[in-house]
Amino acid sequence: MSRHITLLKPGLATSIQDQGRQGYYHLGIPPSGAMDQYSFRAANLLVGNPETAAVLECTLMGPELRFDSDAVMAVAGAEMVPIIDGEKHPTHTAIAVKAGSHVRFGVMTLGARAYIAISGGIAVPEVLGSRSFYNLGAIGGLDGKKLDTGDVLPLGEPSGSLHSHAELPENLRQPLAKQADIRVLPGLYDHRLSDEGRETFYADSWKVASEADRIGYRYKGGRPLAFQPRQPPFGAGSDPSNIVDAPYPIGSIQVPAGVEPIILHRDAVSGGGYAMIATVISADMDLIGQMQPNYSTRFVAVDMAEALAARAAYQQRLADLRAFFAA
Amino acid sequence: MSLRYTFGGDEFLFVEISEAMSLESFFKGMAITRRLAAANLDGIIEICPANASYQIRFNPDIISAETLLATLQGFETELANAPMRMDTRLIEIPVFYNDPWTNETGARFRERHQDPTSTDLAYAARINGYAGIDEFIAAHSGSPWFVSMVGFVAGLPFMFQMVEQERQIEVPKYLRPRTDTPKHTVGHGGCFACIYSVRGAGGYQMFGVTPAPIFNPAQEQGYLKDSMVLFRPGDIVRFKPISRAEYDTALDAVAAGTFNLNIRPVSFDLAQFLHNPSAYNRQLLGDAA
Repeated sequence: MSRHITLLKPGLATSIQDQGRQGYYHLGIPPSGAMDQYSFRAANLLVGNPETAAVLECTLMGPELRFDSDAVMAVAGAEMVPIIDGEKHPTHTAIAVKAGSHVRFGVMTLGARAYIAISGGIAVPEVLGSRSFYNLGAIGGLDGKKLDTGDVLPLGEPSGSLHSHAELPENLRQPLAKQADIRVLPGLYDHRLSDEGRETFYADSWKVASEADRIGYRYKGGRPLAFQPRQPPFGAGSDPSNIVDAPYPIGSIQVPAGVEPIILHRDAVSGGGYAMIATVISADMDLIGQMQPNYSTRFVAVDMAEALAARAAYQQRLADLRAFFAA
Repeated sequence: MSLRYTFGGDEFLFVEISEAMSLESFFKGMAITRRLAAANLDGIIEICPANASYQIRFNPDIISAETLLATLQGFETELANAPMRMDTRLIEIPVFYNDPWTNETGARFRERHQDPTSTDLAYAARINGYAGIDEFIAAHSGSPWFVSMVGFVAGLPFMFQMVEQERQIEVPKYLRPRTDTPKHTVGHGGCFACIYSVRGAGGYQMFGVTPAPIFNPAQEQGYLKDSMVLFRPGDIVRFKPISRAEYDTALDAVAAGTFNLNIRPVSFDLAQFLHNPSAYNRQLLGDAA
């Protein structure tokens, strides 16, 4: 009989995610995939999965599950303790779960996204090379739908190579904090801002607003950013923050009407008519996914050399993670 | 015209061809991005041509930012005086204009509209100088449109009307976006037409609905066998007005799996088009025949 788990309660915004899909952005299909790629990979490695097996990404509030098969489970990323048949277990640790067990999760005390990896991975079919759920396009995940009570999630065959390193040491976990500096490369349409608007963006402290999801993160609390006045170019729209609709880089920051910055994340709308003023560097995208509403951010401008150095450091962290499990 | 190159983080190169929309800008972007695709370079992840800009996602571990930039600037120079011709597809999209569903949705969100006492179609007809809805629909369906960008959400085409700029239909977006738009609504915002590929939020004025699936992950239509998304930048679209009865028949065909679209290959030449758009369009659409 095939292995599976049953969803007793879906939680707040639980979805099936993996490394995401590439090569379809020109058709409006964004990469999707785990918002915190590092933690998703750590969770998989803890249970002996290939690091890109599909997992459950939990946002702010976890699901309730019934294990219909014996399996090994680990939670990585945000601090959200598993409670198995009433007993609390640590995060970032591989736990053997017996068939018939009832698994729920504690309140997410730090971070915004926890990854539940289960041995064998969640074995829904791949769509365009990924099992990741993309809500707006209704593809991936379980039949392209939001997870709901009673859903049965198929599990793949476990590799059988469970590691002796059952616990992830502190230095190999994603650092979590209620305040984070997010490094960005200025550019795109930042010349449309006034000098004062540009200074304000980097000087002010911004809080994550309640509208923060896989599509984009909205920030508030900073002063409004002034754009330079201009004659609207044909097709652009009348607001000074409007442009002729253009592609949006993943991680790009737009400020509609100069009021609230929005960072596009992995389920981004692929284009639109608002001027983008900077782009989060690839190494810091995971940090955004771990920010709850009301966490605060400062945007730090870096140049391309610094962005590439940070990218190399991120890859070194991943290499260290893999080396730990290969040892 | 010199292009503006700017990086979006360490993985995206964004190129603005011009601040204003024009067919010439769109064509330049298509020419350069097609040239890049043909070069088949390692490390290029996605090539996104758009209205008056284009964007490349690249892997800087495989192709450096400087190499990519130099390559694209090289193509810009190489193609500066190239004839703007393109082999593409002409796709006929049936549209049930002035349908009950977009009218109902428009009525539901009327307080977010510039003209709360009107409908989207009547408003668009009036501000574009047409005597009424019928004349407006005749203009909307009378000229071809270029798919100048695909995106926002999966499979949504932005389309640019192939007429002289002074004849182009222009309407503002809703004052505040709606939270609902029927699936397959034919909309318009600024100078762009669109077809909503999925139900959801939207700010464009709503003129009608098409029965044709344009994004279907199950790929049940013959024309979606190769890709779950119908439209590609560079496609030429013609809207064909249909009646309620024709719309219902088409929906039955969609359900039965027998629905098809009229799609044929065409060549487009920008210089010839600009010389006499009306005559060129008649020939392109085969209306003279």
